[in-house]
Amino acid sequence: MKEGRPRSFYVLAIFFAAYVLFLYGPMIAIYVLSFQGPQGGLTFPMNGVSTYWLAKLFQGTGIIDLGASFRRSLLLGIIVMVVTVVLSVAAGMAFRRKFRAQSILFYSAIASLIVPSIITSLGISLEFRIIDDLIKAHWNENFETSMGLLTSGLGAHLTWTLPFGLLIMFAIFNRFDPRLEEAARDLGATPWQTFRHVVLPIILPSVIGIGLFGFTLSWDELARSSQAIGAVNTLPLDLQGLTTTVTNPDIYALGTIISAVSFAVIALALGTIHMLNKRQAARGSDAGKGLV
Amino acid sequence: MDTSQDILQQASPDLVRGSDTARPAKAARLSPSFVSWLQAGPMMLVFLAFFLIPLVFVVIVSFWDYNEYQLLPAFSGRGYTDTFEGCIAQLPDLCTIAKTYLKTLKLCFLVWAITLFIGFWVAYFLAFHVKSKTWQMGLSLLCTIPFWTSNVIRMIAWIPLLGRNGLVNSGLMKTGLINQPVEWLLFSEFSVVLALVHLFTFFMVVPIFNSMIRIDKSLIEAAYDAGATGFQTLVNVVVPLAKPGIVIGSIFVITIVMGDFITIGVMGGQQIAAAGKIIETRVNALQFPAAAANAVILLVITFLIITMMSRIVDIKKEL
Repeated sequence: MKEGRPRSFYVLAIFFAAYVLFLYGPMIAIYVLSFQGPQGGLTFPMNGVSTYWLAKLFQGTGIIDLGASFRRSLLLGIIVMVVTVVLSVAAGMAFRRKFRAQSILFYSAIASLIVPSIITSLGISLEFRIIDDLIKAHWNENFETSMGLLTSGLGAHLTWTLPFGLLIMFAIFNRFDPRLEEAARDLGATPWQTFRHVVLPIILPSVIGIGLFGFTLSWDELARSSQAIGAVNTLPLDLQGLTTTVTNPDIYALGTIISAVSFAVIALALGTIHMLNKRQAARGSDAGKGLV
Repeated sequence: MDTSQDILQQASPDLVRGSDTARPAKAARLSPSFVSWLQAGPMMLVFLAFFLIPLVFVVIVSFWDYNEYQLLPAFSGRGYTDTFEGCIAQLPDLCTIAKTYLKTLKLCFLVWAITLFIGFWVAYFLAFHVKSKTWQMGLSLLCTIPFWTSNVIRMIAWIPLLGRNGLVNSGLMKTGLINQPVEWLLFSEFSVVLALVHLFTFFMVVPIFNSMIRIDKSLIEAAYDAGATGFQTLVNVVVPLAKPGIVIGSIFVITIVMGDFITIGVMGGQQIAAAGKIIETRVNALQFPAAAANAVILLVITFLIITMMSRIVDIKKEL
């Protein structure tokens, strides 16, 4: 149709590059600023280079007990990730057949994704408050609260991660070749064997993608946690609290550490996906290799 | 109602038919519908316990009474009357709630228009100009990675750039364009819109890209061969075919901004009122019925906007 690249390509390439710079520029600025010297402030220029602020954070001499928040966020993130992966894969398999309540589940997931987080969060907190009141009134007067990291907090995070998991499963099965399963069945595999040895290995890279979404969305979750997490704080809540009070690079150092975990998880997940894809390409077909 | 099944079937016709015909005798012990319940049940339970029932509680509690420190489970319209206080008495002046919603809608519109513009062209570039699949994947990933990192950090990240002594101000001072720092760069409506665009353009790029990638390239060639200019092709071929993605992206962005209270809080220096912030303020004051009443109002308005937009496109068909 055309020879060479049209002029619009270059215009849009510049636009795209500007967008990427817009995305990453500010983030990189605070990573750099977290290495401020001890006398450094919140803005450029750098006043020396040191790991003073990062070290201060690790010594726990900071404003809050970050270690505890860090462990809580990590624990919650890992649990959310595992639950999201298991429930999404299971529900994704269910959606390949017609079943009753299919539309209800689908619309629940979409609604959960787009109903403003503050409303979901408020609803969960009301629900648990009412449960608490019931327990206090009928069973145990000294009962404190059923709200907490792994009850209301876990539920709140799942309402955010599960819709993503389910949508990714839809995308997977849209391009899945069901003849592979039929072949397995024809060879006498049970449904579980078919899933374990045929379906799962093929969809595994995308399933790791679901895990990536599960962990990172939980690790950074704020709006839904805000009302529903109970008395304790997660790292993003601590960070948000700092935005109104702090006047030194503490906050950048904390941001850098939270991001470092995110990037490590992203790299790990993408690396694994890449490796699995390569392995699939290399060993995917055993045609002509005879019986093993 | 069961259109999602139809979609799956359309996308890969063998998918459903196959599983119905070739089922070995052994597995017949578990009925298919029981297996489906087993598979989908856990997720349904999570949505029931942590989304649907909580929504019901929001509606119920919005009609309860309250005093300074607790909920009173008795019917009352106080949550609503407190919210709309002065709305009739102060006419023709607008009451607080009306002003707040107007402000929120204005933010919404600005963010929507800007994210749509950026999102459309970014998606267009990725879908039509990047030819190699590897590059397409790499560049898409580049756009996605920030989405996996913390929103608060991406907000804080603007402070060293936009603050009174930030890079922008010191740069402008050096060039002599201004004599004293510009104050409206940070903790203002400007910074709120900037941060919202920064955070949520992603939600526009993905669905639009998804729609565009499905456009048959030969349609564009046909338009070109029929003598259409680049602009005519864009308006008459690309935009109509990308419309589902545009609508879905718009729904995401609008619902996020309508309910946002964190970005508006942090980037507005806790000074800008918005629909989501009212709810937060009421909760902090332990006025749960009033908070719930505001949540119901927000829910209704968001639902109206979505209904209007989904008239334009069938969401289910596009997933």
